[in-house]
Amino acid sequence: MARLSLPCDEQTIRSLKVGDFVELSGRLITGRDAAHHWLIEQYRSEVAPYMAGSVIYHVGPVVKRHEDGSYSFVAAGPTTSIREEPYQADVIGRYGLRGVIGKGGMGPKTLAGLKEHGAVYFHAIGGAAQVLAESVKKVETVFQLAEFGVPEALWVIQVEDFPVVVTMDSHGGSLHTQVDGASKAKLDQLLGLSA
Amino acid sequence: MTSTEQWTERFVEVIARASTQLAPDVVAALQRGRAEEEEGSLARKALDTILANVDLARDKWQPICQDTGTPLVWIHHPVGMSTRMLSQAFTEAVKVATSRQLLRPNAVDPLLDRNTGHGAAPGIPTVHCEEWDEDAVEVRMLLKGGGCENVGAQYSLPNPALKADRNLEGVKRCILDAIYRAQGKGCAPGIIGACFGGDRGSGYLESKRQLLRRLDDRNPLPELDAMEQEILAKANQLGIGPMGFGGKTTVLGVKIGYLGRLPASYFVSVSYMCWANRRAAARFSPDGGVQWLD
Ligand code: SF4
Repeated sequence: MARLSLPCDEQTIRSLKVGDFVELSGRLITGRDAAHHWLIEQYRSEVAPYMAGSVIYHVGPVVKRHEDGSYSFVAAGPTTSIREEPYQADVIGRYGLRGVIGKGGMGPKTLAGLKEHGAVYFHAIGGAAQVLAESVKKVETVFQLAEFGVPEALWVIQVEDFPVVVTMDSHGGSLHTQVDGASKAKLDQLLGLSA
Repeated sequence: MTSTEQWTERFVEVIARASTQLAPDVVAALQRGRAEEEEGSLARKALDTILANVDLARDKWQPICQDTGTPLVWIHHPVGMSTRMLSQAFTEAVKVATSRQLLRPNAVDPLLDRNTGHGAAPGIPTVHCEEWDEDAVEVRMLLKGGGCENVGAQYSLPNPALKADRNLEGVKRCILDAIYRAQGKGCAPGIIGACFGGDRGSGYLESKRQLLRRLDDRNPLPELDAMEQEILAKANQLGIGPMGFGGKTTVLGVKIGYLGRLPASYFVSVSYMCWANRRAAARFSPDGGVQWLD
């Protein structure tokens, strides 16, 4: 599959496999550390409709406010996901998320959560702040802006052809584990450490 | 006499360049990597996106990555010039660049647990001044991102698990292990700056100073040049690839320096720099002329 519209259903997400390159279009929400704490502290019914069937993007964007009060994204590359490892699986389960976008991959708890709830981890291209900001077409609304500040707020955005790679799927597969294992074997061979 | 304000303005220009214009040798290395990856592979797609991003940032003079990193600068100045003035001017330049959105407010005070909002904090930016015999001022700086800084590593030799003894072979083993451990997490393909010897502080600092070198330069010391070439070739056999998606382009360059050590210590310090290797250098002559360096 090359393109995916958000929100989407479980079956579509279950059809995705590790290594798939996907271009995402539609509505998604952003959130990093403060957002994840806030989302599990109690059920936030005001944001829940924006999350069901969609994905959460780990990003601390640079956002421009226009004179008419609207916003646009100026820079929007992914941030390191592993910081949300303690909370991610719960956030996915409680809000019915179908995925996460970030960089660096996540750990076993999230991998199990993806399998249980039918969700995937999409890896964005780290550092590509300008290209990714260009695919953010519209800022619909924002939650917790005053409380958390621009980078930590929950932005509801519309994206078009946002390029990502499935690196953890809903069947327990992880590209990170595969690449780590293969590169370890190669390292051991290069250093003559193989048992 | 050039005033502190004038130096601030000059430094802002250097910072603007570092943040938005990726050096030609880095772009060339990314393009070479792209050409080597298979058509349709994840590695090639990642490099396509990276190269498109580099172009966009350059045209718009906007930050290549939103994590604009720690500003690190090395300044050579004529005898008698005030290093305190230069440090103040550079720190002020970081604040101005932040207010102009060339940098993100990127400094957190860990005691107050608060972003200072203007890009500076104790130790940020890091300014190193050194006197020299020339009458020009030479400025070389880096913006080093947090994601890649987090995957740096320091080893103490000997290291039995790596079969690394206190010799150059041992140093090589540590550097390759650090590249393996980083996987794609430092936004691979990365550039490796390494130092053997020194203490825990000076070793890391020298490893970062190595990152000021152009990717296509060659180490004048034959032993180190051989090491750099060998590690580069081997690292790219690990198969980690851009972003850790798998592929041939894991590392774009390896730069190694050394410092004296105590008999009791043998450190190998490895700094990982992401593909967004934001470097800028300029020479300011006394008549006010500016020459941009690579
Ligand atoms: S490590 Fe990645 S996210 Fe961080 S500054 Fe470098 S390119 Fe940007």
